[in-house]
Amino acid sequence: MYEHDVIVVGAGGAGLRAAIAAQEEGADVAIVTKLHPVRSHTGAAEGGINAALREGDSWEDHAYDTMKGSDYLADAPAVEALCTESPKETIQLEHWGMAFSRDEDGRVSQRPFGGLSFPRTTYAGAETGHQLLHTMYEQLVKRGIEVYDEWYATRLAVSDDERPEDRTCHGVVAYDIQSGEIAGFRARKGVVLATGGLGQVFDHTTNAVSNTGDGVAMAYRAGVPIEDMEFIQFHPTTLPSTGVLISEGVRGEGGILYNAEGERFMYEHGYANNAGELASRDVVSRAELTEVNEGRGIEDEYVHLDMRHLGEERIIDRLENILHLAEDFEGVDGLDEPMPVKPGQHYAMGGVETDENGETCVAGLYAAGECACASVHGANRLGGNALPELIVFGKRAGQHAAGRDLGTARIETGKRGEYEVGEVDTPVTPGEVTGREPGDVAADGGAAPDGGHEPDGSGARETRSDGGATAELTPDECVERAVTDERTRVDALMSRDGTNHANIRAEVQQSMTRFVNVFREEEGLKQALRDIRDAREAYQDVAVSDPSRTFNTDLIQTIETRNILDIAEAITLGALVRDEFRGAHWRKEHQERKDESWLKHTMLSWNDGTPEVWFRPVILEGEEKAYEPKIRSY
Amino acid sequence: MSTQLPETETQEAEPETEQPSKGDERRAKRRRRAAERERERQAEEAERAREAEDTVQLKVFRYDPEVPEKEKPRFDEFHVPFTKGMTVLDALMYARDTYDSSLTFRHSCRQAICGSDALFVNGRQRLGCKTQIAELEEPIRVEPLPHQEVVKDLVVDMEHFYDQMEAVEPYFQTNSLPEGELDEQRQTRENREKVKMSTRCIWCGACMSSCNIAAGDNQYLGPAAINKAYRFAMDEREGEDIKQQRLEIIEQEHGVWRCQTQFSCTEVCPKDIPLTEHIQELKREAVKNNLKFW
Repeated sequence: MYEHDVIVVGAGGAGLRAAIAAQEEGADVAIVTKLHPVRSHTGAAEGGINAALREGDSWEDHAYDTMKGSDYLADAPAVEALCTESPKETIQLEHWGMAFSRDEDGRVSQRPFGGLSFPRTTYAGAETGHQLLHTMYEQLVKRGIEVYDEWYATRLAVSDDERPEDRTCHGVVAYDIQSGEIAGFRARKGVVLATGGLGQVFDHTTNAVSNTGDGVAMAYRAGVPIEDMEFIQFHPTTLPSTGVLISEGVRGEGGILYNAEGERFMYEHGYANNAGELASRDVVSRAELTEVNEGRGIEDEYVHLDMRHLGEERIIDRLENILHLAEDFEGVDGLDEPMPVKPGQHYAMGGVETDENGETCVAGLYAAGECACASVHGANRLGGNALPELIVFGKRAGQHAAGRDLGTARIETGKRGEYEVGEVDTPVTPGEVTGREPGDVAADGGAAPDGGHEPDGSGARETRSDGGATAELTPDECVERAVTDERTRVDALMSRDGTNHANIRAEVQQSMTRFVNVFREEEGLKQALRDIRDAREAYQDVAVSDPSRTFNTDLIQTIETRNILDIAEAITLGALVRDEFRGAHWRKEHQERKDESWLKHTMLSWNDGTPEVWFRPVILEGEEKAYEPKIRSY
Repeated sequence: MSTQLPETETQEAEPETEQPSKGDERRAKRRRRAAERERERQAEEAERAREAEDTVQLKVFRYDPEVPEKEKPRFDEFHVPFTKGMTVLDALMYARDTYDSSLTFRHSCRQAICGSDALFVNGRQRLGCKTQIAELEEPIRVEPLPHQEVVKDLVVDMEHFYDQMEAVEPYFQTNSLPEGELDEQRQTRENREKVKMSTRCIWCGACMSSCNIAAGDNQYLGPAAINKAYRFAMDEREGEDIKQQRLEIIEQEHGVWRCQTQFSCTEVCPKDIPLTEHIQELKREAVKNNLKFW
């Protein structure tokens, strides 16, 4: 067993920032990551970091824009933390040497982005994420922080108290990809989940292949509520063939969208008469798809994004990376011709429920970055708000996990404070396949392992059999038990015969893209739940056919596929229960925002395999002012 | 299909204490049928692809020290249906997901920024994700990066590469931080422009693998690490004394002077970083620096 004060799972922007912050608090910290840190998907972020740095701008304006952009589903305490701390955190990166683009006077450049009332997006060409990731990894090397790279964390070691709010996280179990060793990582003070996005739930996504929602799924199955999962952001400009992202920076610099008839449709068809191409992402994505659906798309699939008029010099200076992407992945020279673009899955606004300090309702368990929902993005994330989220909440989670007092959070977590229980009418029973037995498909990865551990629900503390008597499990024993369960699961997957995970994964991805995309209707959502159910049944027979313990990607992907199933179902359940139109969540049968009944977060609890829906009111009261819901127009 | 490993075999060999239930048998039977169907499907797909007109032929290096059939390195042939815009990575993923789930390679972002899928394709280091199949001659030979230890199939051990990167103190150092926590260390546009290309490195290891010198001298820092040193040495925000320290690192016995300007690193760099130029510039800096003491 490995032992540290703080274990950070994931090494993208949030994970690295959390590790640095925890170490600065004096903690012995280690990172466990299934990739090497510089391979993390933060590196693919292009646009920039919103921070109120300039005269004429203020954190209050940034907060206002963010609340409005969220369609009033973000929690004000989290948004205010984001906007007040982003300037300092952004300049901290600059002090660490990050290669930001510069103005004539040598200061960092800022540019306009969608939904912002001030050009406050700080950037480094169209490769801001790459520069940020590498700058932070450099700081990690400088500080000698330990990294277990290519170790895949697959299970949280959480005590099995009946109520999640009484549980404690003592560590994680991870699998050394190179050697096949399965080991426990005991965290004396806390575990920070920073596992990033879940785009692989869809088959057209800007996300990396490794973004399979592992952290969200792990926490969900350990009893931690997950929040606002239905809010998936579709980015309006992705390359049609691959899903590769074309930064919003192109539109920020003045890029124009045209339909097949050469019309600048954002204006000519009245989608956003003021902001045009720079309306927020949900508005532009729907506009594009409407154009395609009404027969004004190119090849019935996409629209054109034109940046030629910006001139070669400006393009090279600020968007050079975009030229390479269009050339390498679509064979288009952006200096000579418009680029084909269509909406693609881009970002998960929802995730593991945390408060503004990054803490979940399970003691010792934190989450930050895209896998978490604090919530700062509500129903729609503004471009340029993901990177400040990583550094602000990564830092806060790291500090808190290391023991620093950040004050009492205003956002409540778990079933504490005000909440209401909900109901959702589903065509099939969601959740685990019933009647399963230990070893049948030992691919759970939850808190209470299958069989043998206090299934009576008596609320007994973590117990062990001790010659007839029972005693509390020590934290070490809790981790050991999780390791044993994980070994059993992996052995079962590897030793038996069965079906390959790849088809199951592909079927779920296709169903999600077909039915739970930009446009959603009730029957489609129900069909997606049926498809996911079928996939769950098929997964009962899943087996790993590569017998090797060395770098077994077949095994990794089989475990990831289980995560994809649980996450896909959560997204669809949330989308079905929310019968209104808010932010990125569009429902055919419900074409209005219903503030009287829906100013609340959708919460899902796994409850040992039976997903339960409940709601928590959104917090619109900030430190000094309340954010009044208004009609969102651009 | 799955071969038992020694440790699981030992467990299996122990006498069973409980009789398997009817349910267990049924499930096992169902799984065997599922596995059978899977094998049939794979065979059919492979057959169909071989016969189809528009397919690409890949010859892929295979090796696994743990599996008897793969202990001896060999090449496997895969026929993959060609679609427009298909990359080497797409073809490998197709082969893995359709024919052989044990085919092993690293990949993640598939947009040339994570640097994990550097491979040796038709005799040259390239990123699988940004190499179009249409531009290659068939059969397409896919091998792991040369001069690195192979872990399995196309996966190489990157430890040595990472160690070399870390040997050059790859982090920004300055002793003139502005006082205010919101004040920037101003940098001219020209200076940013000067270091810009060097900051694009994605640590894929293609350059190191293509370098003859690195192949013969295990201690040579190599193009990527020297480029990393360049990124900081040329940044005007790092002070003169720190630059001095950096020059000492890159001037060491296995540093810049080992480079014989063969340009192979520059040729293969997927991010078009002028690596050889950067190394030469550091050599000039080092000479200038030494002359100062005369």
